[in-house]
Amino acid sequence: MTDKIKIENVDLFYGDFQALKNVNMNIKENEITAFIGPSGCGKSTLLKSLNRMNDLIEGVKITGRILLDDVDIYKDMDATVLRRRVGMVFQKPNPFPMSIYENVAYGPKTHGVKGKAQLDEIVEKSLRSAAMWDEVKDRLKKSALGLSGGQQQRLCIARAFSVNPEVILLDEPTSALDPISTMKIEDLLVEIKKDYTIIIVTHNMQQATRISDKTAFFLVGEIIEFDETERLFSMPKNKKTEDYITGRFG
Amino acid sequence: MQTRQSNFNEIVMQAIFFLSALISVLAVLAICLFLFMRGIPAISEIGFTDFIFNEKWGPVNIPASYGILSMIVGSIYVTAGAIVIGVPIGLMCAIFLSEFCPDNIYKIVKPAVNLLAGIPSIIYGFFGMQVIVPFVRENFGGNGYSILSASIILGIMILPTIISISESSIRAVPESYAEGSYGIGATKEETVFKVMVPAAKSGILTSIILGIGRAIGETMAVVMVAGNAVMPLNKIELLKPIRTLTTNIVTEMSYASGLHESALISTGVVLFVFIIILNASLSLISSKTQRN
Repeated sequence: MTDKIKIENVDLFYGDFQALKNVNMNIKENEITAFIGPSGCGKSTLLKSLNRMNDLIEGVKITGRILLDDVDIYKDMDATVLRRRVGMVFQKPNPFPMSIYENVAYGPKTHGVKGKAQLDEIVEKSLRSAAMWDEVKDRLKKSALGLSGGQQQRLCIARAFSVNPEVILLDEPTSALDPISTMKIEDLLVEIKKDYTIIIVTHNMQQATRISDKTAFFLVGEIIEFDETERLFSMPKNKKTEDYITGRFG
Repeated sequence: MQTRQSNFNEIVMQAIFFLSALISVLAVLAICLFLFMRGIPAISEIGFTDFIFNEKWGPVNIPASYGILSMIVGSIYVTAGAIVIGVPIGLMCAIFLSEFCPDNIYKIVKPAVNLLAGIPSIIYGFFGMQVIVPFVRENFGGNGYSILSASIILGIMILPTIISISESSIRAVPESYAEGSYGIGATKEETVFKVMVPAAKSGILTSIILGIGRAIGETMAVVMVAGNAVMPLNKIELLKPIRTLTTNIVTEMSYASGLHESALISTGVVLFVFIIILNASLSLISSKTQRN
């Protein structure tokens, strides 16, 4: 499989604070890559660097290169184009205060899709991919805020699908959800990885072992270990990784 | 002993708070009572339709006529004019302040807006008389004392209400909505106009209704620029003088007596009904917002 994203010598600073230290990593297409590590270790920061959401925070400085299909996303790509190709799902479900339909149609509309039939098709397809079409097809005009937390999060995933991304970033997408909703989303991610490249930040190590192909362990801004998930959890090479996954700290 | 003392203190304080709350309720009740007791009998004496739907106001004519339709229409016109002028400017300013304004400009614009809210209406009227009336006269014709001049002045006067309430309601929209929008490749402008502003719409609507309330009740600034002539309905024009409900009262109260005086108070009743309708729509909006 080809490398979808290449991260080369990335350092990232919030003002004077260095949040990422010389990060190098290649992320393969059609795999699920999990980022684990204790709070403040830089895993979310790296995730947000991959679609330049860090641009929105003042005082962020990033050096090194991040390549998407061998194009430098900070130098040679417009942020809006990048974010259409690299979608994001956030920790807290954040549907817009609009109807379910409008939530999904928002993305294609901003990217110039106008025809009603075409939008209808995109909405249905996206909701189907997020495994929630049957649940909501009869109330597409109802406010998205009336959905349960788990449904809201899957709606956000559908919203990410709506602009036909290649990569989907998920920042602890299930940490605010109950176990059944969590399971639905995990099943969904495994189901869709054949079409997308998926990167997920998680606090839940069982989640990483359940769904991911590769896992990266972060500690204070550095990648300590990055390997096949099975190998990382069964035979960690680094003592720190072992301490973390066996629950000695974190 | 200690607890009894503090219990006593608590009861006293509660009574004081309760009384303070009571005073504002009593004030409203007293005003309503006064208005309706003095106003309603006059309306029935004149006749409801003759009062509301008659455009002929001639309290010193023989026989006298007390129709205020022309003033109701006048109030609606100048208020509508104020909305047409004030809402787009105020809303754009609020969007600028909440989403696009650099810190150093904010430090100038925000206090200026606050100051605008604190300027007494007589000063607005003075400014209108000296600057806006001549401006309208020279650029649009007529003698300048007109619906247009009143609308411009009122449009400026409602700016602070619209700006500050809209601004804070746009600021109150969770940042997570913006992130969601940026996250699928929307630009800053798309995010602001298609997500943030629509999400703040109940606050923006509230600001507009409060602006309407301010405009429809404004007296001093209007009386100085509107010309105050009672116009027959078919003669009401943008560049001609107008009399509103409020200016009718203030223009004639000093010399009115008997039924004439009561009819002016009844004019106040009609104004009060407008305000009640506005307030009712406000609570409708807020209850609707809470339900969502």
